[in-house]
Amino acid sequence: MVITEGLYIKTKNKEYEILTRFWIKIFALTFGIGVATGIIMEFEFGTNWAVYSRYVGDIFGSALAAEGLFAFGLESTFLGVLLFGWNRVKPWVHFVSTLGVFLGSMFSAVWIVVANSWQQTPAGYHIVGEGLMARAEVTDFWAMVFNPSSVDRVIHTWQGAILAGAFLVLSVHAYYIRKGRYLEISKKGFKIALVVATIFSLTQLLSGHSSADGVAVNQPAKLAAMEGHFEKKAPADLYLLGWVDKENQKTTGIGIPGGLSFLVHQDFKAPIKGLNAFPLEDRPSQINAVFQFYHIMISIGMVLIALSLYACFLWWRGKLFETKWLLWIFSFAVILPQIANQVGWFSAEMGRQPWVVYGQLRTSQAFSQEVTSSHILFSLILFLVVYSILFVLFIYSVNKKIKHGPYEEAKKPVSFTTS
Amino acid sequence: MNYFLGVDYPTLWYLVIGLLFSGYAILEGFDFGAGAWHLFFKKDISRRIAINAIAPVWDANQVWLVIGGGALFAGFPVMYATMLSAMYVPFMLFLMFNVLRAAAIKFRSAEEMRWWRRTWDIVYSVSSSMIAFLLGVVLANILQGFALGPNFSYQGDAFFSFLNPYAIMVGFTTLSLFMTQGAIYLLLKTEGRLHLRLTFLLQKGMIFFIISFAVTTLYTLVFIPEVTENFREKPIYFVVPILSFLAVANVPRLVSKKRYMLALIFSSLTMSFLLVLVAIQLYPTLLISTIDPKYSVTIYNAASSQKSLGIMLTIVLIGAPLLGAYFFFLYRTFNGKVKLDDTSY
Repeated sequence: MVITEGLYIKTKNKEYEILTRFWIKIFALTFGIGVATGIIMEFEFGTNWAVYSRYVGDIFGSALAAEGLFAFGLESTFLGVLLFGWNRVKPWVHFVSTLGVFLGSMFSAVWIVVANSWQQTPAGYHIVGEGLMARAEVTDFWAMVFNPSSVDRVIHTWQGAILAGAFLVLSVHAYYIRKGRYLEISKKGFKIALVVATIFSLTQLLSGHSSADGVAVNQPAKLAAMEGHFEKKAPADLYLLGWVDKENQKTTGIGIPGGLSFLVHQDFKAPIKGLNAFPLEDRPSQINAVFQFYHIMISIGMVLIALSLYACFLWWRGKLFETKWLLWIFSFAVILPQIANQVGWFSAEMGRQPWVVYGQLRTSQAFSQEVTSSHILFSLILFLVVYSILFVLFIYSVNKKIKHGPYEEAKKPVSFTTS
Repeated sequence: MNYFLGVDYPTLWYLVIGLLFSGYAILEGFDFGAGAWHLFFKKDISRRIAINAIAPVWDANQVWLVIGGGALFAGFPVMYATMLSAMYVPFMLFLMFNVLRAAAIKFRSAEEMRWWRRTWDIVYSVSSSMIAFLLGVVLANILQGFALGPNFSYQGDAFFSFLNPYAIMVGFTTLSLFMTQGAIYLLLKTEGRLHLRLTFLLQKGMIFFIISFAVTTLYTLVFIPEVTENFREKPIYFVVPILSFLAVANVPRLVSKKRYMLALIFSSLTMSFLLVLVAIQLYPTLLISTIDPKYSVTIYNAASSQKSLGIMLTIVLIGAPLLGAYFFFLYRTFNGKVKLDDTSY
């Protein structure tokens, strides 16, 4: 939206305005559902994870407060102007609002991921109290914010989100082009999103590598689980596909022998600490799941790179929009970054187990002692039902808006006539 | 203990959170109130105008809940954790109604069918009312106290124990207060027949509020006299209830003079004074333990470290003016009566 509206302001080309208005409609729906379901997270810390909340409040709290004040405040106030301000403010003021929403959501990610990264690699704190009353207190705010994993993970999360957006745009415009609808604007939209997708799928590879390097240093047990590496001290392999047999401590699959050692130490023979180097109670329990989720994420990342590069190649040869099969793939590829983002989080969070704060607080000790299992069952069923309904409605409405297409809006009594 | 302007950090943070919650009550108060009146408007066009009166601002108003929750988590983690886990069921319901309300606003306009719009109208109105009601219920429970044992552990566990007569009374009081606020806000945003109807509805809302407020106050004085302890020690505090009474009394006068903006300010003041009342009653306790006062959660045993509170006060000092500027810009942009256009719901 920032790019298309920026182009509209610069070129005064109505096609960019149509694109912007169309994507704002889709965004409005996503954002609305996102906020509604997101607020639950903020309160769930207290309702379901009371011990954890008391433990991390001193640290987590300031990040969360900063998120609310600096980021959420920015995006939510400008959202009103973004959605309903077209006829009330000058174009450049509207553009500033779009920019505000963009920056707000990016900042949001910063503070949330900082908080989560602190759980992965705690820094800038000390522990006060004991047992159920123990808690972490900030000693150095900036060391807490820039803890060893936060920069890598913020970038990785940002890029994951940008890719999810770019592939949604690619998907919808590919669909229009295949159907021969809205050709001109769809080609423009597709090209813009393709540039974004190509850049960020490539940089995502770098950031992923840097992130994994960080895991190797800071969370060796997690890295070992990600690659299913058991031996205490041996070169570790890098798998493309595989299966971890936890009972027999064996990982079978196709991969590069010593590949992980090479990536971490630039040496195929370098030993990597395996899972057996850690006491049983300090290892993630779902090793195969961590392994699989991690590898699905990487495979999808590779597919996204291949897709975008091939599309760029065809664009260069001038055949991009004639290659129907590729457009067909792009129509469905929207699901790929979504899956990658989800499984990436799964492997990051499951790989951190059994800790909720790495090396400090165990997940099994962090939940609300007073909340009974019947309470949990009640809330699980409640939200399962509500979220399922929302999911169906969301898909239905987005689909409807896409089927309607961008001109549907133009038919209503507004200014532009290009079509 | 660190001090700023002669006030200790936990007390300052107590004030910040109080300010955030009263901002939330004032702003989302008219959103929820408008939602509660929704089914009283008969025509689809009236309902559309009512929804579009809050459409550009309700997301922004929600910020106050997010920041308030974050501030509570940050400033008083013990309070945040103990309160939310002790009132698990009401908070889960509160969150669910928030989700449903957001969904109703987004999806209502997606289809033209009568049954579709009617369904979402009901979801929207019921969830707005229920949120207002539940906020009162939570407040009442805080005033009554919890069965807190050592280590802030909550000893009670009955599923619906949060729903006692007192809680229901306070629930109706917040609902009626929000409905008053909502009606005034809609008066500010509407014209013609709908506007006339709202003048009439506002009167009903005020009567509803005065009755529930009077009943609740009486009940408080008779059955839970301990909450007025702080007042008996310092009679000067009685100025607050008197001020809130004066503020309420001013609203009908201003409405009849058509000074809706001022009326909205005065009904907001009423809300703030009532919250100040609660804040004085509690201070410095946050959650009273009904088992033994030594197990109570206070602003001192619940607070984050002095360093952390200091950092966050800095964040607030930087962030608050920014947020104020955003809100000024937003409300200035959407000043005036609702005009439906192609971007409306």
